[in-house]
Order: sequence, then C-alpha cells, then structure tokens
Amino acid sequence: MSYNADEKGYYGEFGGAFIPEMLYPNTEELRQNYIQIMEEPSFKKEFDHLLKDYVGRPTPLYFAERLSKKYNTKIYLKREDLCHTGAHKVNNTIGQILMAKKLGKNRIIAETGAGQHGVATATVCALMGIECVVYMGEIDIARQAPNVARMKMLGAEVRPALSGSRTLKDATNEAIRDWINNPVDTHYIIGSVVGPHPYPDMVARFQSVISQEIKSQLKEKEGVENPDYVIACVGGGSNAAGAFYHYLDTEDVGIIAVEAAGKGIDSGESAATSALGKVGIIHGSKTLLMQTPDGQITEPYSISAGLDYPGVGPMHAHLFRSGRGEFISITDADAMKAGLLLSKLEGIIPAIESSHAFAVLEEKTFKPNDIVVINLSGRGDKDLDTYIDYFKL
Amino acid sequence: MNRIHQKLKEDKKILSIYFTAGYPELNDTVNIIQDLEKNGVDLIEIGLPFSDPLADGPTIQESSTAALKNGMNTELLFEQLKDIRKSVSIPLIIMGYFNPVFQYGVEAFCKRCKEIGIDGLILPDLPLDVYLQDYEATFKKYGLINIFLITPQTSDERIRKIDDASNGFIYMVSSASTTGATSGFGSEQQAYFERIAALDLNNPQIVGFGINNAETFNQATRTTSGAIIGSAFIKHLNQFGIEGIPDFIKTIR
Repeated sequence: MSYNADEKGYYGEFGGAFIPEMLYPNTEELRQNYIQIMEEPSFKKEFDHLLKDYVGRPTPLYFAERLSKKYNTKIYLKREDLCHTGAHKVNNTIGQILMAKKLGKNRIIAETGAGQHGVATATVCALMGIECVVYMGEIDIARQAPNVARMKMLGAEVRPALSGSRTLKDATNEAIRDWINNPVDTHYIIGSVVGPHPYPDMVARFQSVISQEIKSQLKEKEGVENPDYVIACVGGGSNAAGAFYHYLDTEDVGIIAVEAAGKGIDSGESAATSALGKVGIIHGSKTLLMQTPDGQITEPYSISAGLDYPGVGPMHAHLFRSGRGEFISITDADAMKAGLLLSKLEGIIPAIESSHAFAVLEEKTFKPNDIVVINLSGRGDKDLDTYIDYFKL
Repeated sequence: MNRIHQKLKEDKKILSIYFTAGYPELNDTVNIIQDLEKNGVDLIEIGLPFSDPLADGPTIQESSTAALKNGMNTELLFEQLKDIRKSVSIPLIIMGYFNPVFQYGVEAFCKRCKEIGIDGLILPDLPLDVYLQDYEATFKKYGLINIFLITPQTSDERIRKIDDASNGFIYMVSSASTTGATSGFGSEQQAYFERIAALDLNNPQIVGFGINNAETFNQATRTTSGAIIGSAFIKHLNQFGIEGIPDFIKTIR
C-alpha cells in the first residue's frame, strides 16, 4: 500500500477535488504544473537557497537529554520552532510563493486561524513584493491581535471573515470565494495539507524537507536514518505530513499523530477529528470531518488555535483508516502541562499545538533504546497570553 | 417525460427562481413554491441549506445560516415536500452542496427525490469525473437530471465534455463570481454568451449569477433558453416577505 497521493490526489478513499466548476480552471492549472515546476532545477535552487538563508534551515535535530532521562527513552526534537516566523508554516509559503511566480500570478490570498499561516504568507509576499490579502475570522482577529499587527507591518491586508462561525473554516470559505472572483491573476496559498487536489500533496511535498533533514541528521547522530517513532500534532496536518513524509512507506517507523481533545473527546468541545469525524467533504476534499448527522460542518474547539479545524488532511484520514498511523488525542490540560514541562526541563517554550505532541510522553511508554523524534512545530511566543491566563503566571 | 424536458420544449424564455428552503420561516417552503408557480415562474430551484456554501455570496450564505438556525434539515425538507406534486406541476430542482447529500446517502437521497417528484439536482461541488464514475447510474435509475455548471473560464473542450454528460440543461454561470456578486452585464459577458451560442451545444443553457431585473434577464436570455434568479429574490423575500412575490416577478417580466 502506498501512503502518498495518487495522480488524482487520492490517499486510499480520501482526497480528490470536490470543487465547484468555478474553481476548476485554477486548480487544474496548478495540478498540471506543480510537480513539473517543483522539479525544475531553477525552482529547486531558489527554494533551497531561501530555506537555507532566509528560513534558517536545516533546523537542528536536538537530543533532549533531560526529557529523555525523565521518560527513560531517547528523545530528539526537530526544531521547526527555530524557523523564521516561528513555525514550520514558512516552508510551505516559500514554496508556494515561488510556485505562484512561476505561474505568473501577481496577487496572493490566504486564510489563517491563529495568524501563523497568515504571518508566514505575508512574510513571503513582502519578500517578493507581491500583493497579499489574508482572510481571518472576525473572532480570531479579536483573539490574535499581535499576529494581525504583524501581518499589517508586513504590508498585507487582513480581511475579516464575517460569515458563519467567523473562525478558520469561514476564513477558508472566504478565501475560496475570493479565488472564485479572481480566477486569473490570483494564487491561493493554503496553509495546510487540506483543500482540493493538488494542495494536500503539494503542501506535503514542501513540508517534506522536515523528514528529509531528520533522516540525515539522525544518521549523523545515531548512525541510522530511521527512528522508532515520529510524533507530531495534527490540526489540518501540515507539520505532521512533513515529519512523516519520508517515513510513510517505511513501516518500521511508528507514526503517531496527535489531535486536540479540547476539554475531552465527549465534552462537545473537542477537535479530535479521527475520533469524532465521519467521511465527508470539506473545502474540496473528501476526508474525515466533524459534522452533524445531517452533514453540516460543526465548529471544533481546542485551546490551541492551530489545531482548531473540523477536518483533517486526506493523507491523515488515510493513515488513520489504514492503521498505518496511531492517533492519540490530548486534552487542553495535558497539553498545557506538557508545554510547561518542556519549558522547565529543556528551556524551550513550545507553541501549544506542539505541546500536544509532547503530552504523548505521558500517555505512552517507550523503550529505553527507542529513538523518538518529536516535531516541535512552533515556538510559544504567540501563546504567552494563553499560558499566562492558564497558569496565572 | 421529465418535466424539465417538457418545459424546455415550450416556446418561451425560462424564468427560474432559487430560494433557500426554511427561509425566511421554517415552514415557508411549500407556500413559496406554490406562489412562484401561480405567478408564472417556469422552474424552481429549492436550496438545501449548507453550513459552508463556498460558491455562494453573502445573501445566500446568510439565508442558509438562518434556515439551519430555523431547524431546516434534509429529512424535514423531504417531509415538507412530500405532497408538493398535488399542487405544483412545474419542474422542481434541489440545489445544494454534496456533503449533506452524501451523508443522507446518495441512493437514498435520489430515491426520495423520485418519490416526491423532484426532477433534477444541482450539486456544484460534485465534480464531473466523480459523478460519471460513481453516481450517474444512480441518478438515471431515479430519473433525476444532473445539472452541471460552466463559467467564462471553462474551456471549449471541457464544455463539450459537460455537454456530453448532461441531459437537461447547462447552468451557465454568467461571470467569474460567487452568487449575488455582479450587477449588469458588460461586453465581456456578451462575448461569453456569444461564444457559448456558437458552440451549438446539445443541451440548452440557462444563465445564473448576476440576474436581478428585467434588463439583465433579457440580456441573459437573448442567446440562451432562460435565466435563474437567486440572491435578488432572497433579498426581496427578506424585505417584503412571501406577499411580495407577485411584485417581484412583475419586475422581471
């Protein structure tokens, strides 16, 4: 079995492009060109150059000695938190802005929830001098004022999504509507491995640099390319897709995807899509999503805005359904505790999204000789207010 | 014969009206359909509301949100429509997004449509290739006509494919936009209308998006078989209620 997308963008039964005809020309242009463009030497050269000198790659693979001692196993952290803009998101936006240039687009749109993808998109648009419009739910704009300010400083226009629940899924709807209204000159930079084909595969390929580096760094440190486990948090699933990518077909490597249980899977306030979702269509992709029995998409909840998405990328739906991936959901409380522990033991304040991945160390026992790589997808600066409120700091 | 085919044979420009089921009030559905027929409308698209209608503009999005809040759902819509054929004889089409249909079960959904007397479906996010591969046989089994969209950006080659897969009419989206976004047709639209007319397709075309009065209706139907009004009708409903339906239709023709 392959765990990558087939040429129609299916991962097993999941994926595809369930889009209205208005979006067909845009996605078709991208579908016909994305692999070829990514393989062009000039594209690769510029992408690699920007990842190195602008983003700061390769990010370190750090052996977390004190954390390893506490859990009696070998824990490595893939330090995506050290990327420019503070998270893995920029790997994808660098790739997509170069793609947009190759396709001759002169206007960029994006959706954002907490603002991380919006900032990463505004950043690369500033870098390239391209017009940028970021859609963000009205409620998120109020909750994430510093990121809104960052996007504005970077020259982007932040447009509030006023429809529906006024959060990430509605921002995504608004971005898609913008694309319908501007089909020729605009490229839509989706921030995760979601949306219609070819987005999930394209974004996964741009993020795959994470596991590519893990392989060579682990070889250097441990003499082997493959860890026993790779752990990553999953909202839409882009950091996880990148961390898993080169291990998907290596079944010896355990893949652990960590979802946000929110206040508990059965609390009604959760974002644990694998546990609560059913097969359906969201944002142009057939995947697992949280919905009413009637097929209306429901609003998820997590303390972490980056995991607060009612669906999951089709790659992850397939990893879950096929049993290739182990899916664990972590509550707000356990994630917050894990974030604090990492701060105290290793001097690294993680993004709350990433804290969910660390909480797995409490849930699951690893052997002393196991090599466990945790993708530290982002840093916690953006979450300070949440940490302060939660721990009364 | 399917009522859509019959209607298309008549020597007139078709006026089709879209409305969102369960809006403005939950139980308005049947009254709206009856009043539209009484006032000379030729075809009705009954909108099955969806939480995330990404091809629609703010008007239809808001009416959908309100309808869901009122308690509209798939089963209830079927329940409301179960006796509709006792009083209404014009073609009825259900328009909605694919996920609610998928959750109901495509076969079960089509079966209920046939029992009620629904003539066709418009599901903008059910793509052509998936329809042909997975669902065409089911639609045909229950005598339902699937209506595809084309836009100014759709290539001639793809329009031909869509024409081949269609057996009723083609929903011609007037401009690159979501519903309710444009007003008036410029030279760009005229050129598009003429380009499509020149293709001499097997299926007649009915134009939607951007039609809100007699002028745009006449422009849109010069080279086509009819036009669809959605957002403008919903705005009117919102303002004047069901009682305002005769006045609204009079402004169109």
